[in-house]
Amino acid sequence: MSLSTQDIERIAHLARIRVTPADVTDVQSKLDGIFKLIDEMQAVDTKGVEPMSHGLDMVLRLRDDAVTEINEREKFQKNAPQAEAGYFLVPKVIE
Amino acid sequence: MSWNTFATVAETVKALDAKQISAVELATHYLDRADALQPTLNAYITLDRELTLAEANAADAKRALGAAAPLLGVPIAHKDIYLIDGWRTTCGSKMLENFVAPYTSTVVKNMADAGMVTLGKLNMDEFAMGSSNETSYFGTVKNPWDVSRVPGGSSGGSAAAVAAGLAPASTGTDTGGSIRQPAMFCNLTGLKPTYGVCSRYGIIAFASSLDQAGPFAQTAEDCALLLGAMAGFDPHDATSLDRPKEDYTRDLAKPLAGLRIGLPKEFFGDGVGAGIAKAVEEALTVYRKLGATTVEISLPNVKYSVPAYYVVAPAEASSNLSRFDGARYGHRASQYDDLLDMYKRSRAEGFGAEVKRRILIGTYVLSHGYYDAYYLQAGKLRRLIAEDFKRAYEVCDVVMGPTAPETAFQFGSKTDDPVKMYLNDIFTICANLTGQPALSHPCGTDEHGQHVGMQIIGNYLDEARMLNVAHQFQLATDWHKRHPSI
Repeated sequence: MSLSTQDIERIAHLARIRVTPADVTDVQSKLDGIFKLIDEMQAVDTKGVEPMSHGLDMVLRLRDDAVTEINEREKFQKNAPQAEAGYFLVPKVIE
Repeated sequence: MSWNTFATVAETVKALDAKQISAVELATHYLDRADALQPTLNAYITLDRELTLAEANAADAKRALGAAAPLLGVPIAHKDIYLIDGWRTTCGSKMLENFVAPYTSTVVKNMADAGMVTLGKLNMDEFAMGSSNETSYFGTVKNPWDVSRVPGGSSGGSAAAVAAGLAPASTGTDTGGSIRQPAMFCNLTGLKPTYGVCSRYGIIAFASSLDQAGPFAQTAEDCALLLGAMAGFDPHDATSLDRPKEDYTRDLAKPLAGLRIGLPKEFFGDGVGAGIAKAVEEALTVYRKLGATTVEISLPNVKYSVPAYYVVAPAEASSNLSRFDGARYGHRASQYDDLLDMYKRSRAEGFGAEVKRRILIGTYVLSHGYYDAYYLQAGKLRRLIAEDFKRAYEVCDVVMGPTAPETAFQFGSKTDDPVKMYLNDIFTICANLTGQPALSHPCGTDEHGQHVGMQIIGNYLDEARMLNVAHQFQLATDWHKRHPSI
C-alpha cells in the first residue's frame, strides 16, 4: 500500500495537524515505509481468532454513581493558554 | 560526609536506618551531582532544589518522630511523564513546556507514602515515542558510558541518571520496551510489571492498553523493593488489577535448581549482534551452573509483534493525544485564522516530527473503512502471540533472550529512518502486546564494550519469581556492579 498526497492531506485534517505543502512529500515517504512494515501482518490468517485488548481478559469494573472529586477549576485553569471568569477562551465560532 | 554515589537502594535504607546519613544530606548529594553532570548528560528536564529539600526535611522530621515507612528518605527521580502536584511536567514536549501538574500520579504518591523523596523530573523521548531519547524537545540524553552513544529510550533520562549515580533509582514507563532497552544500554536492571499492577493514573497516556510503569535500579533486589512501593490497586485506573499487595522480595533467596528457562529460537536468529549472542550464551552458562535447565521453544507469531504494535500504539496515541487542542492546556499557536486553524497550528507547532507521524498513522488506521484491516487484525495477532507464550509456559517457567538486537548506538545513526529505529524493540514489544511482565538485567559487553542485557519474560503476575531469578544471577556475577567513570 502507498499513500497519496491526498491521503496525507485528509488524515492530517482528521488529526487536526497542519502539514505544509513543503512537508507532505517527506511525511508521505516516511509513512509509506512504516505501512510497509505494518502490512506484514496482513499475511496472517486470523479467521475465527478473538481479538485481545487486555492480557488478563478482565472485565471493566463499575463504581457507585457518586460525586468523589472536588471542584478545582481555578487550579486547573492556571495551565490554560487563555481563561477568563472560569471560562476557556477560544476564537469565535458563532457569528 | 562522603557518600558512595553508587550505593543501592537497599544500602541506602541501611545507612538511613543506622543514622549514618540523613535524607537532606542524601538529597543534597544527588542534587549536587545532578547539577554538575547536567551539561554533560542532560538527564534531567526539571530540577527544583526547594521542592526536593522540603520533602527531604519532612522525611527526616518523620524519622525523628519514629515513623516507619519502608523507604523513608530514599531519593528517587521520576520520568517526566509522571504528574506531580506543583512540578512542571513536560513529557519531553514543547506542547507541555510550561505545564505545571495540578495533581499527583498514583505511582508517585505510593512511592511518597513509602517515604521516597523526589529528586527531579527526567528527560525522555517526546510523549515516550522513541528508542534513543533523540525525540525529546529538551535535547538528547547522553549515555554515561560513552557520551557519543544514545542511552536508549524512551526512558533515556531514567537510565542515564541511575547509571551515572545521579539518583539511586528512578521510575520509567514501558509501552514497547522503554524501560528494558535503556536498562540494557546503560547496564541497569529495569522491570516492566504485568499490565495493571501499577496504576496508570496521572501518567501521561501514550497507548493505554500497553503503557505500564516500572522501576530502574542497579539490582534486582532494588527493583523488588521499588515495585513493592509502586504497585497497588487504584480505583482511578479502570484497568488496575484489584488484588492484595505483594512482597516482591519474598523469593529473592530461593535457589534456581530446577528452574526451566525457555529459549525462543526466534530470539536467537541472524538479526542479533554477534557480541550480544555471545554474552547471552555465557549468561545462560551461568544460569545452568546455578541449577537451571534450558529448553528450546518457538513463538511463531512473535515476528508480527512490531507490525501489530505500530497499529495498536499509534491508534491509541492518536486518540489519547487528541486532548492537546491548544484550548485547555498546552501550547497554543500565537497566530491563527479561526478555531480549526488554532487546533491545527497549535498541534503542528507543539508536537515534534515523530509524535506527528504516529498520530497520523493512528488516525489513518482508525479512519472509516480501515478498522478491520488494521486495529482488529492487530488485536487478533495479540491473541495469537499470547497463545504462543501460553504454550511455552507448559514446558518452561521463564523465557529468556537478548533484550535488544543491538547495543547502544551512535547519535543520528537511525534518525532518518523510523522503521530502523522501530526494529530495535523487536524483542521487547511482545510483552507489551500480551501484558506479561518482563525485565532486563546486565549480562556482559559486546566487542565495542557496550552493555548487553538479558531479558526475562515471565508469566502473568510472576514478578517475584523473575526478580528471584535475576537476583540469583547477580549474586553469581558482577556485571551489575560496574559503573561508568564519569
